[in-house]
Amino acid sequence: MTIQQRPARQPSWQSLDSGQLLLLAAAGMLLVAAVAQTAAVGLTQARAAVAFGALIAFGELLRLSLPGDREAAPIGSAGAFGYALVLQIGFTQARQPALQVVAVAAIGMIVGALPHLAAGRPAGVAGMAARLLAVAIVAFAFRPLADITMLSARVWVAIAVMAGLLVVGWFAECVIRALIRADALRAKFMVALVDEIRVQWQLGAAVGACAILIALAADEMGLVALAILIAPLLVTQVAFRRYAGIRSTYLQTVRALARVTEVGGYTEDGHSRRVGTLAVAVGRELGMNEPDLLELEYAALMHDIGQLSLTDPIPGGATVLVSPEDQRRIAELGAGVIQQAGVLDRVAEIVRCQDRPWRGPEPAPPLGSRIIRAANAFDDLVGGSADRDRTTAALERLRIDTVAHYDPQVVAALSKVTDRRHPGRL
Amino acid sequence: MTQGGSLGRLSRAAWLYLAAVLAAAAGLLAGSLYVHPRLDLDFGPWVSTLLVLAILFLVCDSTPTTLTSRQSAWSPSSSATLAAVVMLGPLGAALVGATSLLSMRRGLYVAHRAFNAAMYTLSAFAAGATYLAFGGTLGVPTKLSFPGIIAPFAAAAAAHVIVNHGLLSGMLLLLPPPESARRARLDVHLPLLLVSDLGYATLGLLIAALWSLVNLFATVLVLIPLFVARWAIGQFAAQERAYGATMAALCQAVETKDFYTRGHSERVSKGAAMLARQVGMHAERVEAIRYAGMLHDVGKLGVPTKVLQKTGPLTEEELAAIQLHPMRGLEIVRQIGFLEEALAGIMHHHERMDGKGYPLGLAAGEIPEFARVIAVADAFDSMTSTRSYRGARRIDEAVAELRKWSGTQFDPVMVDAFVMALEREGWDRPHPAVVPPEFAGGMAAQDHDDPTAPLRVVENRLPAGGS
Repeated sequence: MTIQQRPARQPSWQSLDSGQLLLLAAAGMLLVAAVAQTAAVGLTQARAAVAFGALIAFGELLRLSLPGDREAAPIGSAGAFGYALVLQIGFTQARQPALQVVAVAAIGMIVGALPHLAAGRPAGVAGMAARLLAVAIVAFAFRPLADITMLSARVWVAIAVMAGLLVVGWFAECVIRALIRADALRAKFMVALVDEIRVQWQLGAAVGACAILIALAADEMGLVALAILIAPLLVTQVAFRRYAGIRSTYLQTVRALARVTEVGGYTEDGHSRRVGTLAVAVGRELGMNEPDLLELEYAALMHDIGQLSLTDPIPGGATVLVSPEDQRRIAELGAGVIQQAGVLDRVAEIVRCQDRPWRGPEPAPPLGSRIIRAANAFDDLVGGSADRDRTTAALERLRIDTVAHYDPQVVAALSKVTDRRHPGRL
Repeated sequence: MTQGGSLGRLSRAAWLYLAAVLAAAAGLLAGSLYVHPRLDLDFGPWVSTLLVLAILFLVCDSTPTTLTSRQSAWSPSSSATLAAVVMLGPLGAALVGATSLLSMRRGLYVAHRAFNAAMYTLSAFAAGATYLAFGGTLGVPTKLSFPGIIAPFAAAAAAHVIVNHGLLSGMLLLLPPPESARRARLDVHLPLLLVSDLGYATLGLLIAALWSLVNLFATVLVLIPLFVARWAIGQFAAQERAYGATMAALCQAVETKDFYTRGHSERVSKGAAMLARQVGMHAERVEAIRYAGMLHDVGKLGVPTKVLQKTGPLTEEELAAIQLHPMRGLEIVRQIGFLEEALAGIMHHHERMDGKGYPLGLAAGEIPEFARVIAVADAFDSMTSTRSYRGARRIDEAVAELRKWSGTQFDPVMVDAFVMALEREGWDRPHPAVVPPEFAGGMAAQDHDDPTAPLRVVENRLPAGGS
């Protein structure tokens, strides 16, 4: 058996499509306008601009991946928001216009992204554009207010306004990200937005608090404040990096260990991974949110793990062809294995119910189980082949069985998903 | 950040140490209260600031994050201590630290509280004294204090970190083995802890600097990123535990094929980690070898069951199938973002020092260190477990066997270190297996890991293990 090189899954996040193009165009126009205007009138308070630009570049350099192929640059964002909000630096009033804030943020981000490009990592242009637009919203709303003396005289009013604007800017960024993500992954927008907010709000709160701290501390300490505020953000950043790291290792490990059934000859090569991918796509089509999709993926990857307890592999490994009693046993044994871990009880439940018919004497199985049941049957019938006729035939067979075995909604979603893979099909 | 420990049962040395730390802290507090320093601060504001910072300290200290075990916790309370260093001086800082006695953390014994409070008192006082020694001025900082305040403050933060970690390490070293082993696990997180230490310390300066502008509210703003970080660390720790448990469960699933090898992966993982610590491997590598040990036999699944359960001698093809299992294992785990070393350990764990092992026949120094470690733990667990063809050996018998094959099969350095680790930490042999009737028909008749019973081959031309 040779090692199967899995096709490098192009992060769809990086490929261009319409929503992303729109975003890039908007950010690009903003960038050009800001830089041109700033170049024409000259930098106001150049020292502060350079210091904030350097902080933003540093933050962009230390980008962070969040669960679900997301990207954040908390230090850079806090620096840029702070620059938009600062009222007073030491003994002098801060006077940078909004367009200068945008120009400094944009140039800082680009400079910080260069080393990533040099190291061959993706530039992450879309993420940068979303961050830049959020900064622009806050800057355009706040800079005109900054000249009103009332605001600098009443620190509490200033803090309240800052906090309100930061929430607006952050929410706008979430909406942009959700739009792109929904477009790229074919998820429902509202689901994507809620997912986005769920993943981002903790980090967003930390960034917002630090932005306000930067604005206040610059008043008290001057530009030294920037250096000092890197510290708490670094702590947050390191903590998130470890968190995201272990999450991805976890998923990699489950993906890898799910292959033991293939190496052991119990299932066909690549079966668990294909079922995993297919199940996630179907779940997304049906509007499942990210935490549920993760559980679904774990369950799909490990759905055949119970076969390890069989002394002899089922010929061809196709569980759709074995007797209901054996299917039941495999599901039970697999759920037992997963339950051993003590932390994946919901995943175990999905695996346990995978063989349960959609309509039967027992209560309806969870959605995840219904999806896996259909995806597994589909893959058992079609395998790794991309043959259209086989796909059609398999879908037809599932449709016929919907009366008792397969949830018609799931089968409909499955056929939509497979349709997308063969766009030319009539 | 500061670390507090929970102590468990204390040895006499640990009690003495605790008493010494307590006496030092109490003496310091009493002494400086007696010789009340001439503070250029008003007494009223001094006390109210002290109260606020003490409350901040308590809030932080009462909501720590568990790191690797229940025993050591992580809280951002040092930001309060260091703010006190600037605004209140050494005595005030020490008093803030001493409030740890009132910590609302659950499950703390009196001895734990006393030790934590004394430790925080001493480290806070040290920070305060350092701040003054480096020319820091006491009181709420103004615009004019910057940037001159930074150097003395950095020195104070460093002093706080050093005294805190020093006192805590001292205590952890004096604890009985399970706890001192945890110290080693704590080292995995040491870089993270040090970064957080400095980060949290700097926040103390921020709280002090913003005091004149927004007073208490500064602490609220400062706490937000801290608690977010704390949340992420908590998630990280939870995920790490879940990860370990999931991996163990999956490895166990692989073992169900053979009744006798149940628990083998987990014991090898434990033994390899024990041995790795004994030879002084860095904590991160110990962690990696723990996973490698867990996964070392995962490729056995690629060996047909009838080969594993065959009672008679093996044909050459069957032997080859068994000897391929490290490669199969590698094939499975190479997608996991592990250290390269862990992969090498899995691939080469059946190499022998004399070059007669498999899959590549590497000899002596060519064999990766991880593989030499795993080989010893693997064979030892196999010998001390029951097999269908023999009962479990006693530990001293197994050690004698290890010594016998030391140099030819095993790395002598690793064998010596393993024996020392065994003496220090002991070994739990698996319970003698009582084979339930449903397994009677299907179990391995030979064990490829057992150096005392080499695999029998029909034609004896191939260099089989140990013969």
